Amino acid sequence: MAVNRDYVGRSFPESEPYEVSRVKIAEFADAIGDSNPVFRDQAAAQAAGHRDVIAPPTFAIVISLTAAGTAVADPGLGLNYAMVVHGEQRFSYTRPLVAGDVVTARPAITDIRDAGRNVMITTSTEIRTVSGELVCTALSTLVERGGVAA
Amino acid sequence: MSGQVSYEKVEAGAEIPVAVYPVTRLSLVKYCGASGDFNTIHWNERIARAVGLPNVIAHGMFTMAQAGRFVTDWAGPEAVVTEFGVRFSAMVVVPDDDAGATIEVSGTVEEKLDDNRVAVALTARSSEAKVLTRARAVVRLP
Repeated sequence: MAVNRDYVGRSFPESEPYEVSRVKIAEFADAIGDSNPVFRDQAAAQAAGHRDVIAPPTFAIVISLTAAGTAVADPGLGLNYAMVVHGEQRFSYTRPLVAGDVVTARPAITDIRDAGRNVMITTSTEIRTVSGELVCTALSTLVERGGVAA
Repeated sequence: MSGQVSYEKVEAGAEIPVAVYPVTRLSLVKYCGASGDFNTIHWNERIARAVGLPNVIAHGMFTMAQAGRFVTDWAGPEAVVTEFGVRFSAMVVVPDDDAGATIEVSGTVEEKLDDNRVAVALTARSSEAKVLTRARAVVRLP
């Protein structure tokens, strides 16, 4: 089944609020092998001028992956997820995510195009605090291998 | 960690020393749990081979995280990352042994921007293959 181009420009509902916690940031930092104190020690983070422990720059994927995953799993899109690999990822931050932030994610599909035999799907997910402050925009390009209908 | 880099002292063209980060099967299992990405190809060799991969492969985001760590370790605790983007150009294959694989990251200060920001160009290799391309971070320095 071909990927449905009508989904370009489609926005998806905002996620439930997600609370960024010190424990989750420390777990993520452990998993990437990063012992930097600003990701696990409140005093060290504050001494460096942060409100609380900050999240590593790829932490936003924890929030955006779930939201964008919901978008690309929409049955009407027709993506064959078994054939999907991650092509490109970028994050734009107005400031780091900080422990205590309560945020929501709003994903949209911004582009669908062919690249040889593959189909590339780009999602843009805005992560905002519940009071509306934009913290991060995460752009993910997924590649469906062999997704161009023969 | 190398202390705090200041915008005033940093020079365009400066090279950031290479760092080598290990990645084992345990790293990937932990990353699955921490990130919520349980795609089978990151932990199950049988399934990975069945879909045509040489073995279990690392999450692209794990590799990107190592490049991020390289930047934040260099830039120091007061720095904040404002932009970070990569393309995933090759797989990091992780064998089932104690050594696993390695991801070698290097970087260069590409340019000094306004608002105390600097752009850093990054490269990441595993088993000689370039695993990231167009990898670039912008950090705001004190």
